[in-house]
Amino acid sequence: MAHAHHDHAPAGKYYVPHASHWPIVGSVSLFITMFGATQWLNSGSSTMFWVGIACVLGLFFGWFRDVINESVSGTYNEAVDRSFRMGMMWFIFSEVMFFAAFFGALYYARNIAQPWLSGQGVKFANSVLWQNFSGGWPSNGPARLGGEFEVIPAFSLPAVNTMILLTSGVTITIAHHALKENKRGILKVFLALTFLLGFLFVYLQSTEYAEAYKEMNLKLSTGIYGSTFFMLTGFHGLHVTIGAIMLTVIWLRSMKGHFNPDNHFGFEAVAWYWHFVDVVWLGLFIFVYWL
Amino acid sequence: MSASHTHDTHAAGHDDHGPMKGWRRWLFATNHKDIGSMYLIFSLAMFLTGGAMAMVIRAELLKPGMQFIDPGFFNSMTTVHALLMVFGAVMPAFTGLANWMIPLQVGAPDMALPRMNNFSFWLLPFAFTLLILTLFVPGGAPAGGWTLYPPLVLQTGDAFPMAVFAVHLMGASSIMGAINVIVTIMNMRAPGMTLLKMPLFVWTWLITAYLLIAVMPVLAGAVTMLLTDHYFGTSFFNAAGGGDPVMFQHIFWFFGHPEVYIMILPAFGVVSEIIPTFSRKPLFGYDAMVYATASIAFLSFIVWAHHMFTTGMPLVGEMFFMLSTMLIAIPTGVKVFNWTATMWKGSLSFETPMLFSLSFLFLFTIGGFSGLMLAMAPVDFQYHDTYFVVAHFHYVLVPGAVFSIMAATYYWLPKWTGNMYNEKLGKLHFWLSTIFVNVLFFPQHFLGLAGMPRRIPDYSTQFADWNFVSSIGGFCFGLTQLLFVYNIISCVRGGVKASDKVWDSASPHGLEWTLSSPPPYHSFEVPPEVK
Ligand code: HEM
Ligand SMILES: [Cu+2]
Repeated sequence: MAHAHHDHAPAGKYYVPHASHWPIVGSVSLFITMFGATQWLNSGSSTMFWVGIACVLGLFFGWFRDVINESVSGTYNEAVDRSFRMGMMWFIFSEVMFFAAFFGALYYARNIAQPWLSGQGVKFANSVLWQNFSGGWPSNGPARLGGEFEVIPAFSLPAVNTMILLTSGVTITIAHHALKENKRGILKVFLALTFLLGFLFVYLQSTEYAEAYKEMNLKLSTGIYGSTFFMLTGFHGLHVTIGAIMLTVIWLRSMKGHFNPDNHFGFEAVAWYWHFVDVVWLGLFIFVYWL
Repeated sequence: MSASHTHDTHAAGHDDHGPMKGWRRWLFATNHKDIGSMYLIFSLAMFLTGGAMAMVIRAELLKPGMQFIDPGFFNSMTTVHALLMVFGAVMPAFTGLANWMIPLQVGAPDMALPRMNNFSFWLLPFAFTLLILTLFVPGGAPAGGWTLYPPLVLQTGDAFPMAVFAVHLMGASSIMGAINVIVTIMNMRAPGMTLLKMPLFVWTWLITAYLLIAVMPVLAGAVTMLLTDHYFGTSFFNAAGGGDPVMFQHIFWFFGHPEVYIMILPAFGVVSEIIPTFSRKPLFGYDAMVYATASIAFLSFIVWAHHMFTTGMPLVGEMFFMLSTMLIAIPTGVKVFNWTATMWKGSLSFETPMLFSLSFLFLFTIGGFSGLMLAMAPVDFQYHDTYFVVAHFHYVLVPGAVFSIMAATYYWLPKWTGNMYNEKLGKLHFWLSTIFVNVLFFPQHFLGLAGMPRRIPDYSTQFADWNFVSSIGGFCFGLTQLLFVYNIISCVRGGVKASDKVWDSASPHGLEWTLSSPPPYHSFEVPPEVK
């Protein structure tokens, strides 16, 4: 509720926000989205899913707009700011654990499932089902699901993408320092650079996918290699996209004069998120592409 | 709960801080008490729905042979019953208690992130709508057990994505709830309340929240892999493509074992509040209790494969997971001994919350001991997937987690509503519950040891007698819970007024007792000073 009525929290008193309709709008939107996705998977009609997604986007827009207005009008005090920071940190930690599940699957597939299937340790699967399977990596399994395929070499486009993301980590740090020293010009330029690098990464990643699908016969259904490759890089790419959109938003906000040297939680939250996305990429580069 | 209390502790000048009128108060809620109440009511509704499913299961198992329902539906009942109880009854009940009690116990005006708090709650009714709707779609509800093992679960029909997305929504709700708990505790404690002065309920919830944030995303990952295996041709759990169905079990139980501690640590917290009060003594070994909780939480991450002893793990794996599991008995033992020592030479009285806590102490311990038996890899080869396991986890969950929730309800309900509940009825509820929970679950130990497998609608006639007993216990236990519902409703509607301290003769400790009953709308407008 974009309420005209804000209490400016005096120091030492915690700001308890007034009632808001956004959370329930969020729950309904997510329900529509999920129900729509179910419909899509079961009967092929995607309308409801897209309606849900539109609602979710509207929700983000509305909810964040209200929070930003409250922040700009000075409603939040230091304690609230601290809550936001802690909240964001733990949210990022939960994201880390989500990726950990997929990295765990990659580890397990390579170091435990492959040796088993190729007859080490428990011999059952190998001796009964797939006698000639000798394992190794990359693999699409003893049944060679999806047929012969090639993999994307680490030191080609992925290395370029690594440089892009690492550079964007530097540019956002420069922007942050500029913000703290109140050098608005540098802030704006380097923020813009950061999100441009982010979108460039997403673009290059999509060309990589196109090449994998068209030329290398590497698909989501290419056995365990395709599964882990596309799910890990895909979820990461999704996060980069979200991160780049968030960067764009805070860039627009800085253009409007938001943030000041000692009060810029919104900026920092996005910066942390961006660093998280960056670190996950390093993990991907090493464990998915390189080793 | 009236708004008239709102203004007496208020600083001047507010007018928008009382509850909103009508339905807006609940849909747009940002108040920790309103949200806490919604969680608790939701949890009770899910407990009754899941309980009704349990009644269906027990009715089918009353006699050998097929009686009422077909095996597919039986399996759906088992699966949905468990999902409702775990994610819909027990976890939301504890989150509801956290919402109500943590701000009161740490001296805060509300939870740290009130709107997110509302979001976490309101996701739940939608998640469970999605889950319960699975009963009505072609192919029926998921029937592979709440553990969702592939490849079996991949045979689910149209219900499959609904179940997966329901789990996603529940997970999002739990993660947001957990973040809120951590931030409230770390950021909003009254001045002077150092970490080692926090009530144990707050401590156990803090640690539970860390567990939640660490493992709910892993469950989300696991079910996402199931979804892509089913619909998008991935091979995570398909050996032909180089994956492995056993891998699902690893990922699932990496979530699953911490999950069982998510359901019991807050219960430990509740009991650690109640036993000292009615023993009229401080909790014995407070620091040890905190460290024990933390060690249990840490160990819970390295024991998961005790659910998988029969999958053909290498011997070192069996040994490691056997020993790490047994280690958990040490901090758990510390707790049981400390509760007992708290009562030692105390001047005890046996109000309903204390009775439920005592019952918790004995019966949870039985569940702990059967857990130790299951932890022994060689014997688990016999017990695994039998009714012994069913008996084990029901002892820790029903007279464990659920009894502690009931104890907490009786203990704090007068504080929440300002009215005393009916003590006689409470005691009756307690005695009937305690007797019938044992009639219901104790015989399942015998059935399991004799070899009766779990998750089956029919059984060999040698198991008939104890199944009959167990079913009768089940029906009686189920009916008994109506007393609980009745007692709560009549307490909310009126009754003898409760004092601020509620349990005057026991003079309970903690900030919650310094507020009026019911407490003002914004619990602590001005943070209290803790010495
Ligand atoms: C009214 C009390 C209850 C009764 C009579 C009851 C009964 C049952 C029965 C008969 C089964 C099926 C066993 C099998 O065939 O494998 C079962 C499974 C289960 N119950 Fe309960 N239950 C009760 C309460 C609870 C509560 C409170 C929880 C959790 C907090 C719970 C969690 C579970 C779980 C996790 C399973 C395993 C489901 C599976 O194998 O997938 N139950 N229960
Ligand atoms: Cu376990």
